[in-house]
Amino acid sequence: MTRVSFDVNGEPHQLELDTRTTLLDALREHLHLTGTKKGCDHGQCGACTVIVDGRRINSCLTLAVMHQGNEITTIEGLGSPEQLHPMQAAFVKHDGYQCGYCTPGQICSAVAVLDEIRAGIPSHVTADLIAPVRLSNAELRERMSGNICRCGAYSNIAEAIGEVAGRSA
Amino acid sequence: MRFEHPATFNPIDQLKVVGRPTSRIEGPLKTTGTAPYAYERHDVVTEQAYGYVVGSAIGKGRINAIDLAAAKAAPGVLAIVTAGNAGKLDKAERNPAPLLGGPEIAHYHQAVAVVVAETFEQARAAAQLVRVDYAPGDGRFDLAASRDKAFTPDPKIGGPADTAVGDFAATFAAAPVQLDATYTTPDQGHAMIEPHASIAAWEGDGLTVWTSNQMIAWGATDLAKTLGIPKENVRLISPYIGGGFGGKLFLRADVLLAALGARAAARPVKVALQRPLMFNNTTHRPATIQRIRIGADRDGKISAIGHESWSGNVKDGEPEVTVNQTRLLYAGANRMTAMRLSELDLAEGNAMRAPGEASGMMALEIAIDELAEKFGMDPIELRIKNDTQVDPEHPERPFSKRQLVECLREGATRFGWSRRNPQTGKVRDGRFLVGFGVAAAFRNNLLTKSAARVRLDRDGRVTVETDMTDIGTGSYTIIGQTAAEMMGVPLDKVVVRLGDSDFPVSCGSGGQWGGNNSTAGVYAACVKLREAIAQKLGFNSAEAVFADDVVRSGNRSVALAQAAGNDGITAEDAIEYGDLAKTYQQSTFGAHFVEVGVDADTAEVRVRRMLAVCAAGRILNPTAARSQVIGAMTMGVGAALMEDLVVDKRHGFFVNHDLAGYEVPVHADIPHQDMFFLDETDPMSSPMKAKGVAELGICGVAAAVANAVYNATGVRVRDYPITLDKLLDRMPDAA
Ligand code: FES
Ligand code: FES
Repeated sequence: MTRVSFDVNGEPHQLELDTRTTLLDALREHLHLTGTKKGCDHGQCGACTVIVDGRRINSCLTLAVMHQGNEITTIEGLGSPEQLHPMQAAFVKHDGYQCGYCTPGQICSAVAVLDEIRAGIPSHVTADLIAPVRLSNAELRERMSGNICRCGAYSNIAEAIGEVAGRSA
Repeated sequence: MRFEHPATFNPIDQLKVVGRPTSRIEGPLKTTGTAPYAYERHDVVTEQAYGYVVGSAIGKGRINAIDLAAAKAAPGVLAIVTAGNAGKLDKAERNPAPLLGGPEIAHYHQAVAVVVAETFEQARAAAQLVRVDYAPGDGRFDLAASRDKAFTPDPKIGGPADTAVGDFAATFAAAPVQLDATYTTPDQGHAMIEPHASIAAWEGDGLTVWTSNQMIAWGATDLAKTLGIPKENVRLISPYIGGGFGGKLFLRADVLLAALGARAAARPVKVALQRPLMFNNTTHRPATIQRIRIGADRDGKISAIGHESWSGNVKDGEPEVTVNQTRLLYAGANRMTAMRLSELDLAEGNAMRAPGEASGMMALEIAIDELAEKFGMDPIELRIKNDTQVDPEHPERPFSKRQLVECLREGATRFGWSRRNPQTGKVRDGRFLVGFGVAAAFRNNLLTKSAARVRLDRDGRVTVETDMTDIGTGSYTIIGQTAAEMMGVPLDKVVVRLGDSDFPVSCGSGGQWGGNNSTAGVYAACVKLREAIAQKLGFNSAEAVFADDVVRSGNRSVALAQAAGNDGITAEDAIEYGDLAKTYQQSTFGAHFVEVGVDADTAEVRVRRMLAVCAAGRILNPTAARSQVIGAMTMGVGAALMEDLVVDKRHGFFVNHDLAGYEVPVHADIPHQDMFFLDETDPMSSPMKAKGVAELGICGVAAAVANAVYNATGVRVRDYPITLDKLLDRMPDAA
C-alpha cells in the first residue's frame, strides 16, 4: 500500500492504495467517480480517457501512484446534467452516442483534441508540421480514433465536435 | 389488448410528440457519466467484493484436477468457486453450453473458476495462482472441413431448414444466364464497449443482480433455473446497458459467477468479464459458407433462385439462418433454400445484430451484383425488375408494406448513382481508384407480446414501468414519447423506468422488435389508464380527449393532476398479437449506397461516402432511429473490411480475442453518413404502425462495400472481410 495525493476535478484527494491499482480503478472503485468507463483495461478502447495536467490519457494504462500531485479532470469535472459543458451539450444535440458507454471517453478526448490542435500539436495525418494545424475532417477523425464507439456514433460525434470547434464536420 | 385488425386512427396519429426528432431523455446522464451501469452500483449494497474469472485454457477436453491451495492462501481471497464446489447447477435451455465448465470443457475460455477477493487487484493476482490440470481432447474447429458431415437442423426460429418451390434444379440448369458462386463470412464478435458485468447480493434466499442484459425476463428465469431456486427469489436490474447487439440477450457467466461468488463469500460480489475473455467465453456471430445459384431469362427476370448455407455451433446450438431473406426478397417461380449445421467445439454461436440476414445479405447482395454484370444491366434495375409484392414462397401472403423499389430509386437520386461508371477500374482520383456500390437492405419485422404499467400521479406526472431495456436504441425516449402522446402531457412530465424484473414483462431488446412492440405495450397500458380516468370522472371513455394536461369530454374538462387524486391511478396491460403476421409478411426495406476509394498501389480500401434509405413503418423518433441506422452502417463497414475472429484450428479458439486484435471501425474509418427515411406507416404491425430499423441498417452494407470495391478495381472478393491481401495481386495496373 502506498499513499498518493492528487486533485480530481479541482478537489484534493489522499488515497492509500495497492500499488497495482490503475488510475482508472482509483477513480471508479475508490473515489466512486464512475463516469470514467472500463471497456478493456488494456488501452485498446479509450473508454477510460481522462485529462491529466491538460493531456488526455488512457487511465487504465497508468498506475494511480504515478500521479502524485497531478491535476486530473474526468467527465464529472466537465459538467453536470444541470450544467452541461458545451461538448456534452453538443453530444446530446447531435445524438453523438447511443448506449453511452464510450461517451465520457469520447467527450474527454474531444475536449483535449481541440486543445491539442490549438496548441499546434501535430498528428499522424498533419501534412505541414510548421503551419498551424487545421481542424480538417481527417485531423479530427485521426485524433479521435483511439476512442472506439461500437454503437457507431462516429458521424454524429464528428458533427458534435465540429460544432464546438465552430465548423461543420 | 389484442391486436387483431389493422390499426385505424388512434391518439398516436396526432404526432404531437411521437414521430418528432427528440433528443434522448437520458442524454444529460450519459454525457456526464452519471448514468449508472451495472459494475458501478456503489449505491446499492455495501461491502462489495471483487470476482475475477478464470477461463479454460483448452478448447475441448476435461479438467483432471484444480489446485486452489496457492490461490486460497493469497492475500485478500474470500472464496473460490469452481464446478467442483458450486453445488448442483442446472442449465437453461437458452444456454447450450454450461456457463461454469468442469470437469467437461465445452469451449475455450469457458469459465472454470471465479476468485473472490477484497479488491480487484487481489482477485486478479490470486486468479493467476489457480492451477488447472487439463486433459485436452479432440475438438472440431474447422467449419469448411466439417461441411461433409453437416446435418439438417431443426431451427427454433426462422422457419424450416429447407424450403422448395417449383423445380429449381431443372429451371436453373436450363436458364440462359446462370450464376453459381460461393461466399464465406467469418466469425464475428459483438465487441460492445461495456463488458458483461454484474453485482450480485443475497438476502436470505432472495438474490438481486444489477447487471447488463437485453432480456430481463429471460435472464431472471434462466438464472433461477441454473441455480435451482424459485424465479420469485430472483430480481434482475438493468437500467443502462453499454451495448449488446445480441451479445447480452442471454444469461452469461458474469451473472452466474457473481451469484455463486456472493453465496460462497457471504458478501455482495461484482464480476465483469475481462475483455480478453469475452470473445471466446460468450457468443459470437458464427461463420458461414453460402452457395448461391441464380438462373435468369435474357431480359433479367429471375426464374430460379437457390441459397444453401453451412454454419457450425456447439451441441444443441442453432444454425445461422442466412437463407431467410432469400425466401422473401426477390421474385422467381422456382426456388430452394437449405441450411446445414455442423457441430463444432468453438464457443457458442448466437444472435448478433440481424442474425441470419446480416450474413445472408453479405452473400446474396454480391450475387445480385454479379448477376447484373452478366447482363450488363444496372444492378438497381435488376433488383427493381425482380421485385415482388407477395411472399414468393406463399404468394397468397402479400407484404404489409414493401417500398424496396422506392428506397432504391430515392437513394439513386440522392447518391448520384447516375455518375457511376459501370466499367470497373476506370475512375481515378489521385492515388485512389473510385467505385460505387449498392445493395438492398432487408430485415423481417417481428411481433411479440410486451407489457407495461402506467401511473398518473396527483402532480400530473405519468410514470411508465416495464422491464424493457435501452441498449442505446432510444427505448427511454420513444416509450416516454408514446406515453406523452397517449396521455396528453409534455414529454418532461413522463418518467420512464426500465430494466427491472419487478416491472411487467416486455418484449426486451433484440431482433429489432424492441421499438415497435415495447411502445405498443405502453400504448395498451395507456388505453387502459385513459379508460380508468374517464370512468372515474364519469366521462364516456370513447369521447374523452387527453391534451394539454387536461382530459375533456363535451364541455367538461378536468386537469389530469386533479383526476389522479391523492392516490393516483394505475393501469397495466400488454399488447398481444393475432395473426396479422401470418396473413401478411411484415418486413423492413432499404437501400445502401457506398463510395469507396481503393489505393491503387496498396489496395487499402477507404469508405468515402455512405447513404442509406429506409422504409420501416412509422419512425417513432427520427433522431434515435437515424442513429441506429448509421451505427448499423458502421458495423457493416466492419463486416466488409476488417471484422474476423480468426480460428486457431489446432487448439480451437479465436486468436484475436481483444479490441486490439479484433478490429472494429474507428473514427478514421467512417466518413460522414447520410440516411433518409421514406414516409411510411404500417397498420398491420401494431397500433404504433412502426417497425424495426436497428438491424435493417446493417443488412446489405457489407455487400454494398464489396460491390463498390469491385466497381473500383474489377476485383471480386467473395470471402469476407475484404482485406488488402485479397485484392493486392489482382489490382489493375497502377499505371
Ligand atoms: S479501458 Fe482503458 S483503453 Fe479501454
Ligand atoms: S455509444 Fe455505445 S459504444 Fe459508443
